[in-house]
Amino acid sequence: MFEATRLECMRGDSRLFSEVGFFLEPGGLLNVRGANGSGKSSLLRMLCGLILPEAGEVRWNGANIRHSHDYKRALTYLGHLNGIKEELSGLENLRINCGLAGFDISEEAAIGALERIGLDGREHLPVNVLSQGQRRRVMLARLMVARTPLWILDEPLVALDADAIGLMRSLFELHLENGGMLIMTTHQELEIAAGTTQEIRLSS
Amino acid sequence: MSMLTWILRRDLLLAIRRKSDVLTTLFFFVIMVSLFPLGVGPEPQLLKAMGPGVLWVAALLASMLSLGRLFAADYADGTLEQMLLCPESLALIVLAKAAVHWLASELPLVLMAPLLGLQFGLPGDALWVLTLSLLLGTPVLSLVGAIGASLTLGLRGGGVLVSLLVLPLYIPVLIFGAGAVDASTSGLGAGGHLSILGALLVLALLATPKAVAAALHISLE
Repeated sequence: MFEATRLECMRGDSRLFSEVGFFLEPGGLLNVRGANGSGKSSLLRMLCGLILPEAGEVRWNGANIRHSHDYKRALTYLGHLNGIKEELSGLENLRINCGLAGFDISEEAAIGALERIGLDGREHLPVNVLSQGQRRRVMLARLMVARTPLWILDEPLVALDADAIGLMRSLFELHLENGGMLIMTTHQELEIAAGTTQEIRLSS
Repeated sequence: MSMLTWILRRDLLLAIRRKSDVLTTLFFFVIMVSLFPLGVGPEPQLLKAMGPGVLWVAALLASMLSLGRLFAADYADGTLEQMLLCPESLALIVLAKAAVHWLASELPLVLMAPLLGLQFGLPGDALWVLTLSLLLGTPVLSLVGAIGASLTLGLRGGGVLVSLLVLPLYIPVLIFGAGAVDASTSGLGAGGHLSILGALLVLALLATPKAVAAALHISLE
């Protein structure tokens, strides 16, 4: 169970949002919507614990995430930044990112994930020769192997082509069918035929 | 493999792929130290007296050069964000990163220092003490420098600010490091100075990772 109550976010002197709350059960999808600058990314970062809320709290299985020991193990957050190293290959990046997130994957599993996300034959190329969309795929490949129940994704579909968007949609549906939770922001319309969908609209 | 092994492995791999970064620091150190004998003239007594100080000051400045890279790249590409969300304690991650920074940026200087000491006519004993004092002192530079690097993340002109923040904190290391070599050449024995350097290292190992972790949380908020 993941819930947030009466969250408020201040950036400098201005209030981005207040009184934001939701309750997410296994299999639940939460779409965060709003115009540019309305605080979507800040909300997601707050849900991860990267920003402290001005008021309100975020709870994972009943415990405030600041005091919850298993929250970080349950969470996969992918933000605006790719979190990948230009000098390393897609394969190295994926394995290292998984290692940092607390689970090891074998080289075969990593190659498998990169193949499924459409990077077959490019696993060993340094990321700086890949295109923007391909870099994004390297980052998203982590979702292929992640076993975490809660995914928080900030604009996961940016720079992806139609094929990759379709692939992501089926990945999200599988995650929700398996009882995962998903919170994301996107400006694209994505029909997800699984789980229960809620929406939060932030107004600026 | 544990998370820390992954971080060590990743940072070492990056240091190997970005050889130019490591080499710049080393060449800066070598050139800076070599300029002094050319500038002040070949008087053996004078060179011998100022050798330890010059080598130590050059090591401080060379380590400043590489500090900016400690967290900046991870900050810019979002990896640092992921590290904050990593289940492992952030202080341990900081320690691992500082260890790799020391291996890649400081250890080459330590190994090069005895050779450069010869330019100043330092005797064999003093060269040993110099190397030992650098071995004990340079990890303190990496750890204390990490505080400055984490506090100035994302600021414009952060590089200059790091120098202002960190160089004063380097003073004790400089005094006891260069002092150890002086004490050894004047026959007093370097034991006391080296013990104090060791104590500074233990203190830095215990205190700085927590401070850096706190600073990183603030920088990323």
